[in-house]
Amino acid sequence: MITLGQLLTLSGIVFSLAVAGIFLNRKNVILLLMCVELLLLAANFNFIAFSRYLNDINGQVFVFFILTVAAAESAIGLAILVVLFRERRSINVEDLNTLKG
Amino acid sequence: MLIQVLFHLFAAILVLAALGVITARNPVYSALALVMCFVTSAAIWLLIEAEFLAVVLVLVYVGAVMVLFLFVVMMLDINLTELRRGFTRFAWLGWLTALAVIVEIAGVVWARSGLGLDAHRGVAPVPAGYSNTLALGSVLYTRYAYPFELAAVLLLVAIVAAISLTMRRRTGYKQQDISRQVAVRREDRVRLVKMDAEKRP
Repeated sequence: MITLGQLLTLSGIVFSLAVAGIFLNRKNVILLLMCVELLLLAANFNFIAFSRYLNDINGQVFVFFILTVAAAESAIGLAILVVLFRERRSINVEDLNTLKG
Repeated sequence: MLIQVLFHLFAAILVLAALGVITARNPVYSALALVMCFVTSAAIWLLIEAEFLAVVLVLVYVGAVMVLFLFVVMMLDINLTELRRGFTRFAWLGWLTALAVIVEIAGVVWARSGLGLDAHRGVAPVPAGYSNTLALGSVLYTRYAYPFELAAVLLLVAIVAAISLTMRRRTGYKQQDISRQVAVRREDRVRLVKMDAEKRP
């Protein structure tokens, strides 16, 4: 039987790898978006683990909503990315300094 | 026992694929590794009997979101060497943060037992005849009906925003105007000229 500790450890490892990925790939906006997806996946893991552990279906409903919001977020993020690339011919985060005071 | 073996297998694949996402040289490989992450996560969710969400994860994420990612990655002509420059500059900070997060979570989960959680207790198997989809749907359409509608509106807003952001109107772009084509009359196009026949010289 899979224990709660195993599930939480796995999701913790995935979460920390995603955080490390944000540090490693901090120039590439596409990879930053992918790392955010990984973070959300790790969070969903915790929700489902606790939902099954406590026998409470509400956690899974919450995961459903997280999936919805994450899909909308990545769609808009990628649209912004495409517009950005059309304007700047680059997706490097360091080139995005127009708003810098 | 079999479930334990499968869990460890899928967990190992998931961690390796997550490593692949963050270290791959090419964003296409990162996207494919992320697909692998989602598929193995869905398999683990099936093992702990959250079937509906496992299916939704494969359908929505692997089927739609990751395809969108792959489209964008392949459509943009990005200069990879420029983006890879300085990859190792903050790598130590990244790995340090990752290590700190792992140690913290492992400490909370395995060492402390004062949280009222028994980390060594397994996830109880559901009774026979239990339908995860039925249970989820029966709360989703009653107690969560209003948030459900809000989620639908949110997706609609996302569609409109994404399309209006990326739609491009080129100037000087030639295209057909169907209504004008249909509404045209004979008098607008053809002019009959009456003239005398000329004699051949």
